[in-house]
Amino acid sequence: MDLAFFGVQLLNGLQYGLLLFLIASGLTLIFGIMGIINLAHGAMYMIGAYLVWDLTMRLGNFWLAIVIAIPIAIVLGLIIERLFLDTLYKRDHLYQVLLTFGLILVLNEAQRIIWGGDVHSVPVPAPFDGSIQLTDNLQYSVYRLFVMGVCLALAGVIYWVIRHTRLGIIIRAGAVNRDMVEGLGINVRTLFTLIFSVGVALTAFAGMIAAPLTSIAPGMGDSILITCFVVVVIGGIGSIKGAFWGAILIGMAETFGSVLIPSLASMVIYLIMAAVLLVKPRGLFA
Amino acid sequence: MKTSIKKTLLASVVGAGLMAAGGAYASEHPVKLGLMLPYSGTYTALGEAITNGLQLAIEERGNQLGGRPVEYVKLDSEADPSKAPQNMSRLVRGDNVDFVIGPVHSGVAMGMLRVAKQTGAITIIPNAGLGAATNELCMPNVFRTSFSMWQDSYPMGKVAYDRGYRKMVTITWDYAGGKEDVAGFKEAFTEAGGEIVEEILVPFPSTEFQSYLAQIGSLNPDAVYTFFAGGGGVSFVRDYAASGLKDNIPLLGSGFLTEGNLGALGDAGEGVLTTLHYADTLDSDANRQFVAAYQEAYGKVPDAYAVQGYDTGMMLAQALDKVAGNTEDKEALIAALASVELESPRGLMSFSDSHHPIQNVYLREIRDGKHEVVDVAYEQLEVPDNACKK
Repeated sequence: MDLAFFGVQLLNGLQYGLLLFLIASGLTLIFGIMGIINLAHGAMYMIGAYLVWDLTMRLGNFWLAIVIAIPIAIVLGLIIERLFLDTLYKRDHLYQVLLTFGLILVLNEAQRIIWGGDVHSVPVPAPFDGSIQLTDNLQYSVYRLFVMGVCLALAGVIYWVIRHTRLGIIIRAGAVNRDMVEGLGINVRTLFTLIFSVGVALTAFAGMIAAPLTSIAPGMGDSILITCFVVVVIGGIGSIKGAFWGAILIGMAETFGSVLIPSLASMVIYLIMAAVLLVKPRGLFA
Repeated sequence: MKTSIKKTLLASVVGAGLMAAGGAYASEHPVKLGLMLPYSGTYTALGEAITNGLQLAIEERGNQLGGRPVEYVKLDSEADPSKAPQNMSRLVRGDNVDFVIGPVHSGVAMGMLRVAKQTGAITIIPNAGLGAATNELCMPNVFRTSFSMWQDSYPMGKVAYDRGYRKMVTITWDYAGGKEDVAGFKEAFTEAGGEIVEEILVPFPSTEFQSYLAQIGSLNPDAVYTFFAGGGGVSFVRDYAASGLKDNIPLLGSGFLTEGNLGALGDAGEGVLTTLHYADTLDSDANRQFVAAYQEAYGKVPDAYAVQGYDTGMMLAQALDKVAGNTEDKEALIAALASVELESPRGLMSFSDSHHPIQNVYLREIRDGKHEVVDVAYEQLEVPDNACKK
């Protein structure tokens, strides 16, 4: 493996990892603070991609489509939390898992009814539709660099909110001991609503910015959900920092694993998860 | 996903002359077609296209088969292999259908065929390209109106060699369908004298192709042969174009790489060469009529899946006419099905001893967002089916 090839793969791994982080961050927040295993997280990723595809086709402008799609995703998160989850907080985890699993079915079916079963794509938007030459025959889309930048910026914002704001203190405290936070007079209900809609919006946003890089098809969120759970478990449940490093680790592992040890490609991330759990049963940063 | 759609649709009764032909199977006694196709999930579009084609063929025949009205029993296969035996049993034993039409997915096919073997239910496979289904298993009651992976990819091997490519890389998903497809290509390509320098297998159903594209770049072959389908096909072709590889290393593929996906591919698909047993641009009367009728009925251009559904309908019509609507005498019915010869939109089509279509395979190039037929890559190709030779 020469240096150029190594560099290209490093870039690929980083970009994939950063996108995973965006999806996993919402998952880990919801999981860690609300104690809800949101199986419908992948479906929201898909909804984000379909929303932006639909709006781009209607409006002819990808950026405008994103601006409109984000509030829709937030409202959808709000509705789900208020209408469905709210009634189940006092119940056992199993009820919540059942509910979010049901949501996968409902969201997938809604997608089929609204948008149909065809495969779609969103053209790479200007001004990022160019590419840079990496090696003799390989180019890299500028839009991928842009996505990396956006993910990094968002990671920074999330980190800042969690570390340096009052809200962040509550979130961190909530991840450690929910009952105590409630005992200190903080309205957990409002916090939950906020966390859930932000978490859902983050994954939907990941679907939106990933839309020009992927194909938009039914069930596209199902496989990414599993990978993101692996990220969350490796990083430590509820830890944003863990989600970040877990996502980068998994991104690199998938990228290099698939090329260097192709026979184990589909197992690599699970092997890593098993190894991490052996050493640190609660994840790297929990 | 969980809800199985079971819609029953009674077609209208037909002319009295045809009723007489039905004999004891009077026209009030409908022919029951059990459709076991995916109506949810990744393969939804395929299930719908096949259903559309099938219904179009039967509507064109006045909604009757062999003088009897037609009843459809639709069951969502969910493309889930684990549910296949149970779903198939439900159709055969519960709903008592005369024919089972399905599936799309090769994994589901294996589960279905187990039940087909036990019950002797006449099964027509309108898609799943798994070779064993009509070869090694060699079941008299199983037919296929589609293709096998081998049949569609074998002709491309020679095309690639004739175009001067000597060192090639193949890339596909690590699952039976992909491996069978690539094996067909490899067989013909290496027979001709070419060399496969690397066979890349991507975990199914991953669509993260960046690391593999970098690998292809560093291997720098004369050309690349690939099999992906659905969303994976679109992702791969777009990523391949965006990586700049397409400018130097031509992309060849199975027809399923691009079939039904031209809109989503956009400019990325231009120049991609594929082989398949159909192209909507085929210049024949049968195809022109079919395309026009399909467009009028469903508002879109038909793809290979729609033709497979359509030919399933035409096959049933021809066979049931021959036995005058008698579905009780299974032996005569199977013989009638086996002797079907169709002037299909895809060209001439008949059936081999193993009940596999003998058909043309076309070389197609995407030009201006259309599958233009460049050549007949292989005329009336019969799949070698030694296991089943009579």
